[in-house]
Amino acid sequence: MTAAVVTGLGVAAPNGLGTQAFWKATLAGQSALAPLTRFDPAPYPSVLAGEIKTFVAEEHISSRLMPQTDHMTRLALAAADWAIDDAGADLRHLPEYGMGVVTAASGGAVEFGQRELENLWSRGKEYVSAYQSFAWFYAVNTGQISIRHKMRGPSGVLLTEQAGGIDAIGHARRHIRKGTPLVLSGGVDSALCPWGWVPQLTTARMSTVADPDRAYLPFSADASGYVVGEGGAVVVLEDAVSARERGAPHIYGEVAGYAATLDPAPAAGRPPGLRRAAENAIADAGLTPQDIDVVFADAAGVPELDQAEAAAVTGLFGRRAVPVTAPKTMTGRLLAGGAALDVATALLALREGVIPPTVNVRTPAPAYGLDLVVDQPRDSNLRSALVLARGFGGFNAALVLRRCDH
Amino acid sequence: MTALRRVAITGLGAVAPGGIGVKEYWELLTAGRSATRTISFFDPSPFRSQVAAECDFDPVSAGLTPQEIRRLDRAAQFAVVSTREALADSGLLVDRLDPGRIGTSIGSAVGCTTSLEREYVVVSDGGRKWHVDHEYAVPELYRHFVPNTMAAEVAWVAEAEGPAAVVSTGCTSGLDALGHAVELIREGSADVMVAGATEAPISPITSACFDAIHATTPHNDEPERACRPFDRTRGGLVLGEGAAIMVLEEWESARKRGAHIYAEIAGFAARCNAYHMTGLKPDGREMAEAIDAALHEARLSPQSIGYINAHGSGTKMNDRHETGAFKRSLGAHAHDVPISSVKSMIGHSLGAIGSLEIVACALAIEHGVLPPTANLHTPDPELDLDYIPLTAREQQADVVLSVGSGFGGFQSAMLLTRPGARS
Repeated sequence: MTAAVVTGLGVAAPNGLGTQAFWKATLAGQSALAPLTRFDPAPYPSVLAGEIKTFVAEEHISSRLMPQTDHMTRLALAAADWAIDDAGADLRHLPEYGMGVVTAASGGAVEFGQRELENLWSRGKEYVSAYQSFAWFYAVNTGQISIRHKMRGPSGVLLTEQAGGIDAIGHARRHIRKGTPLVLSGGVDSALCPWGWVPQLTTARMSTVADPDRAYLPFSADASGYVVGEGGAVVVLEDAVSARERGAPHIYGEVAGYAATLDPAPAAGRPPGLRRAAENAIADAGLTPQDIDVVFADAAGVPELDQAEAAAVTGLFGRRAVPVTAPKTMTGRLLAGGAALDVATALLALREGVIPPTVNVRTPAPAYGLDLVVDQPRDSNLRSALVLARGFGGFNAALVLRRCDH
Repeated sequence: MTALRRVAITGLGAVAPGGIGVKEYWELLTAGRSATRTISFFDPSPFRSQVAAECDFDPVSAGLTPQEIRRLDRAAQFAVVSTREALADSGLLVDRLDPGRIGTSIGSAVGCTTSLEREYVVVSDGGRKWHVDHEYAVPELYRHFVPNTMAAEVAWVAEAEGPAAVVSTGCTSGLDALGHAVELIREGSADVMVAGATEAPISPITSACFDAIHATTPHNDEPERACRPFDRTRGGLVLGEGAAIMVLEEWESARKRGAHIYAEIAGFAARCNAYHMTGLKPDGREMAEAIDAALHEARLSPQSIGYINAHGSGTKMNDRHETGAFKRSLGAHAHDVPISSVKSMIGHSLGAIGSLEIVACALAIEHGVLPPTANLHTPDPELDLDYIPLTAREQQADVVLSVGSGFGGFQSAMLLTRPGARS
């Protein structure tokens, strides 16, 4: 079976716009968590976010497209452009049906949606944008990216909340294996408006701590929930043979294993599915747990979820047997963008031989038994990385990435 | 290389306008009766289009518990009810299976939009507050905000712990969710998939956004004649709602347990037109490419197709587009194949319709009856294929094609074959 390799990265993260800026900030431990500025959070119990503050949409999006697109879609279009540039892929030479787009979504383009709901209910139906029908919906990023780059091949949109970035990339690999040479995949998301904020507050999983350095502390004894951010990553996935034939400038790594599971119903009394997803993904890669050199954790920052993830990791690898990290402590959790950004981070870690740190967690709770990489990056000869993600409702996804040696 | 795993449809469940359950749905279709009517869920008078195909769905008599009714959006309620029907119909005893080998794939274009709009109106106090009020937020709000929760609800009914996702590719979601499920069975990620789609979009915001682009019909005077695919007097699509969930099984294990097999899902392909978020070119090029690819995957010839379940949304643009696609893919044979649109009867339930149409295709194969296109009284002279007007046709089809087309440029095609029609 053909290998699917990542040949391009497009990163839009709160602590760095573009791969270089993001990676530099990530290794330096620079967190972007701060009081919200996109809207006044004062009425709400959670006031922090990981915002992208340096993105100027007009530099990337035509004036014709601006009124048709939400902030989330503009970020996704820019990240897709960067990923293609990075891959050095001259799309004119690829068959139009040989390129696809698979993205993850969570709540759609919610800021656009809130504006149009407000227009409808406060002013009347004549004031609803002609673009509302497609600008807010979950498929918008795949649709717009496919139009922009004339990608007419097998595509898709998957919804598994925070697990979506991995599921999208796992699905893109299916298309590669069935003969589509190039698939753009990943997730870029944003819900930083009041109508995006309030639904998230109802989960009681968002931290209400106001100090950015103390709010999101996964695997810590004083974990109090997570901070929400915006952004994500788009990756170019290619068939390894055709990537090498065209002389792709970078081969960041291979998507070697993928699996998804669902937790049982709350009253079923059966174990949750994260460990099973990790086991299946490792087996899918033809590896054993001993072959995994680093785990990028889901790192919910919610005590019972941290406990469950730590149990899955230590159950599979043993106590303190594999380095675990959560660079998302610098960005917040990015909804459908989060797992995609973790995949990009893990690929950079594989290439550079360094594990980026988990920030602000001084001392992980000893009971979890995790070797959490805290404060400073850790140099390590990395061959394979496991990325874990969980989506609201019991969704689990795991991806195994393998370094490609030339 | 192991033999290709094949996929059997072994259970059907449906909630459709005109009746709850597969039996009622099939009776409506074969009678050629239209379920479109004047919108009753809200006052439609401000809107250009005031008709829709609504389901007479009572969650209590449909068997949902009080907590399910509170927790689930209408679309999720449809999905859960349809799942129970499909599982019972399949005779599959899920508690004897490994839960990790049962997966879930549910299509939806607009998720839990009805509940979201209802709750938005409360937290914004009727659109007055940009800073919507979290103290008025119901505990279920996040479940509605991220509609992947609907796949979890279906999975819980089926005791499924394998791969689960909502597939959301606009109006092709219902075909694409099934296509996704087929891929998971073929590649070995699951042996059973509970798959299908659901949608409950009939709400003011949906009406407003389709009104704004004149996509929905202004034929309000004769609501039951509102949706007129392939008819010269067509005025646009009519919103619908509903769900169809199916049990899909790996062919050999379905046969071994003696399951009733309605049909095989023999081929599926999806393409993008990369042209426009809402527009279609008349040549149907990308839909034709999806049909060709599905035929290739199924190793079937265009001449083998005995019935086409059209997208048939009731817009002039669509009618030309897909007629162009059928001619491109099937050549001269396009003129010999009966075609029909069930949207003429049950409206366009966006992400759900593709799965409702596959249920219709499976039953057409099962009963040797092809559903008609209702309201097709005055054929469009520019459309020269056989669109089965008004009355169902008794005719056996061994190979059935169903197509879908949606906002975002998505084009999908799926092929069903009669069990035993090929070895």
